[in-house]
Amino acid sequence: MATPDTQGLSAAYSQDGAAAETSSVQTAASEAPFYSILFESGTPNLDTVPEPGYFGDLNLDQVLEALAAGRDHYSLEPFFYLVLHDAEAVGYRHEVFRDLEREEVREPVERFAQAMTRMREHLAQVDKLRHRLQKQAWLLDAIEIYCRAVESLASELAELDLRARALDRWRRYLRAYAASERFAALVSEARELQNALGSLEYAVHIHGGHVSVERPQGEPDYGVEVEATFAKFQQGGVRSYLVRLNDYPEMDHIAGRILDLVAKLHRDVFGRLANYCDRSRGYLDEVVGRFDREAQFYLSYLELVDRFRAKGLQFTYPEVSDGSKAIDVAETFDLALADKLVPAGQKVVSNDLRLEPPERVFVVTGPNNGGKTTFARTFGQLHHLASLGVPVPGTRARLFLPDQIFTHFEREEDIETLRGKFEDELVRVHEILDQATPNSVIVMNESFNSTTLDDARTVGGGVLQQILDLGAPAVYVTFVDELASLSEATVSMVSQIVPDNPAERTFKVLRMPANGLAYAWAIAEKYGLTYDRLMETIPS
Amino acid sequence: MKVFLLHRDRDFWIKPELQSDPVFRAMVDKSANPFAIENVKRNLEREREKHPDWVDSSPSSDDTLTQDLELTTVWRWMAAGDDFLYETAKRGLLSSLTDPSEILYRQQVLADCLAHAEIVGEIYGLALEGLQAEREAGSLWSGARPDMILHRSVQKLTLHVGVLRRLRQLAEKQGDVFQSEGFRRFVAMLREELDDEYLAEVEQHLGELEFKQGVLETAQFGKGLKGRHYVVRRQRELGWRERFTGRRRSSGYSFDLHPRDEAGFRALEDVRAHGINGVANAVAQSADHVQSFFTMLKLELAFYLGCLNLHEHLAAKGEPVCFPEPRTSGDLELTAAGLYDVSLTLHLEERTVGNDVHAEDKDLIVITGANQGGKSTLLRGLGLAQLMMQAGMFVGAESFTANVCTGLFTHYKREEDVTMESGKLDEELRRMSAIAAELVPHALLLCNESFASTNEREGSEIARQIVRALLDKRIKVAYVTHMYDLAHGFYEQKQVTTLFLRAERQDDGTRTFRLHEAPPLPTSYGEDSYRRIFADRLPDEAIAESR
Repeated sequence: MATPDTQGLSAAYSQDGAAAETSSVQTAASEAPFYSILFESGTPNLDTVPEPGYFGDLNLDQVLEALAAGRDHYSLEPFFYLVLHDAEAVGYRHEVFRDLEREEVREPVERFAQAMTRMREHLAQVDKLRHRLQKQAWLLDAIEIYCRAVESLASELAELDLRARALDRWRRYLRAYAASERFAALVSEARELQNALGSLEYAVHIHGGHVSVERPQGEPDYGVEVEATFAKFQQGGVRSYLVRLNDYPEMDHIAGRILDLVAKLHRDVFGRLANYCDRSRGYLDEVVGRFDREAQFYLSYLELVDRFRAKGLQFTYPEVSDGSKAIDVAETFDLALADKLVPAGQKVVSNDLRLEPPERVFVVTGPNNGGKTTFARTFGQLHHLASLGVPVPGTRARLFLPDQIFTHFEREEDIETLRGKFEDELVRVHEILDQATPNSVIVMNESFNSTTLDDARTVGGGVLQQILDLGAPAVYVTFVDELASLSEATVSMVSQIVPDNPAERTFKVLRMPANGLAYAWAIAEKYGLTYDRLMETIPS
Repeated sequence: MKVFLLHRDRDFWIKPELQSDPVFRAMVDKSANPFAIENVKRNLEREREKHPDWVDSSPSSDDTLTQDLELTTVWRWMAAGDDFLYETAKRGLLSSLTDPSEILYRQQVLADCLAHAEIVGEIYGLALEGLQAEREAGSLWSGARPDMILHRSVQKLTLHVGVLRRLRQLAEKQGDVFQSEGFRRFVAMLREELDDEYLAEVEQHLGELEFKQGVLETAQFGKGLKGRHYVVRRQRELGWRERFTGRRRSSGYSFDLHPRDEAGFRALEDVRAHGINGVANAVAQSADHVQSFFTMLKLELAFYLGCLNLHEHLAAKGEPVCFPEPRTSGDLELTAAGLYDVSLTLHLEERTVGNDVHAEDKDLIVITGANQGGKSTLLRGLGLAQLMMQAGMFVGAESFTANVCTGLFTHYKREEDVTMESGKLDEELRRMSAIAAELVPHALLLCNESFASTNEREGSEIARQIVRALLDKRIKVAYVTHMYDLAHGFYEQKQVTTLFLRAERQDDGTRTFRLHEAPPLPTSYGEDSYRRIFADRLPDEAIAESR
């Protein structure tokens, strides 16, 4: 079954009194035919979108895994691979998110999704079962679940004040669909059949291998008689002897034969069932089905957001720009890392990122394991997330929509191939700089760490200079302090330690001049090796 | 059908703590395995040996009471070697009654038991026989199908019905000798509920439950047209032609399985099982209920049999016993003649010394006097009498009248070794605070040398504060003490509700173990003991000085 005819739809719109009262944007939008809650118009072939090259480096694969957990059958991956490049498209999704953040909007959509899941489970069962009548019964239930889901969502959405263009259009579509004659017939016949089947009672007489199937003649319940006779011995609670008999959906051949005979006793009802099932095979509306899948993009992400918010972490709708490269994000964090720390009850450290022209590149230095890599990932993640049109970690965010994102993370060290490796790295960095434009975002993490200080200074300095010349916003993580003050376009960021206990990291990365001495001093103090301490403890 | 020989309107009430242990579970286990209790106890013992580091960190108030009143001695004599009787006696004695009319109900039943011990023994025997059904029918495999459950339950019930019939016949023949309300009700119930007509009805069902004419069941459609709400139906009477041909006429459609279609028969059995499931459950539960009836009958009679054993022994020794007069908890009554310590007499060859106590309208009994002068014995005698009275038993006295208490607690001085981990006073205070957490008005607290572990001034002050609070909370206290400061302090207050008892000492220093009403004296007789025990080591002057 395809989209209901547009004639019927526009007729439904013009009768809609509520539409006249809504804002002009919505009225204008209502004239556009509804297509998708992800894309305002048309959509690329989602299923051919590959995973971006930086996904693994930024640990976005882990984030996606968390998002898609338990949602395998929706194939959500492409939704999270495909980035948007204009602010308008991002706004279309922000609107939906904002609406869905309201319980009264989200709950009906979630219930709809749950019902659709149940429906799919039923259809899977139809495929698995072998008995013709059982297949029909499960299909009937599937259709009934679908109809109820559509009806509920249509009526619940009708009550709501929806601000998102996408949801408003969807609501109009759904209302017209639910009001269509064809849908009404689908519903009423399903219910009649269910009632008819539910009220049937049949009798089976089993004597040895002889089985009769009959209409019951009002014979009394024998169990009740037995219980009545023994009632006087009732002594309080005793265990149940009810045996849990198999409750698989399937039937064995004997139960199947009995069912066939019951169907023979009630030809009329079962005839109608067969006929209905034949006619209703393609009952699922394509647009309804697409909404069900696309809604998961929002629901899965909001579920993640809620989990973090419950632990006091904040999310915000970034102000996105495809022109200005000014970046300003407050109290943001690495989403993948947070997803590991939060369940373990550990604290998530947030950082601020700010690049104001002429600043273009963060140069991050400081002690190892102090949060430098995390800072770099966060920077990359923020740009990808902003480009997906989802709320990003932080209390406030202004971000640039890049044309591309490039990452270069140092690969695992391997002494054997050290020289070969350095060349490989250079080749990769070269490719990045070839492809990058001034509107790309670049993340370079400890790119030349496994080389000598001299090389790191000269080669690293050279690469950094090229990035600066390109003018692309970037993060450059290095142990070479000097690079932090290469030009007025570099911003020096330093990962922090707890002064009293250098072994403990704060994971804070702060804007300050690169100063490797602070760490050295602190660790020396701890072991009593500072100048003053040594002067005190060493006898004169 | 209820036994109700221990309570007018309920089954044997046992306090929850004494129902949740593995021993009790073994006692009421359906299988009625005669070695069940022994096995459980042996296993517990083994566990304890395996974990020698297990220490009862905080003994329950029952454990304390058992220790302080030497209850195990009483139970052992009640049991006369029978584990089941021992455990029943223990639970009966520790699950006190608080309503005087309930106590009288038991006293009457017990009086009947004393008068007609053989009949009671015969009923107990039938209960044991009825309980055999479970074992004779064999054990039920956990994966048993409904038809197996049904078959076994029918077998059990068939055995049960035989025993029930004999029980009823016994009630008809001998039931009239009983005088007590409890036994009269029990006998009347057997006659009414288990008449021949009813037993015949039961037997007819047991026959029909074999389903010789096949099973007729109805069902409705559940999910995916699978059957649900299966109900086994009573079939109409077959016509003569049907009986003749062995073929039941049917208005519907039918099919036959090939005799060698094994899978088909298994599947058909499944359809049948769905129907029978409910009936099998009902019948199996009924069999369990009858089994429980026998279990309860055994349990309730076991308590009385224990009383008979104890009575027999005390009577043989010539110790007097009497049925006490219980008063309501608000009455503040305690009057006894010839009160003795039952557990002490069970240890001795000779009879013990009885005491008279007149403590009507007294809420505090302060017991002072010579060491080994019978103070502790009197205190224990009081506690035992109180406990036995509230279990509906006779007590060790010529006469005994007391108000029931809502709880009986003991706070005795402990030997050194129990107090390893903390100071003695700490330990005493911790125990007292545990007791305080359980105290309610109209409870009875027996203190034996409490707070003697610190100096007298400090101990007295602690005790004074506690006792004063308890009295204000209307809790009765009997306090054995040699702390003159404490005892004298109470005396100074001249409260008419305080009774002072003192252990006597003859002028020659020998004890009579008899106590009489007297104010506390400033000196104790500890030096007597000292002199006696240290006689060989002390110089004569020292002995002379102490005179």
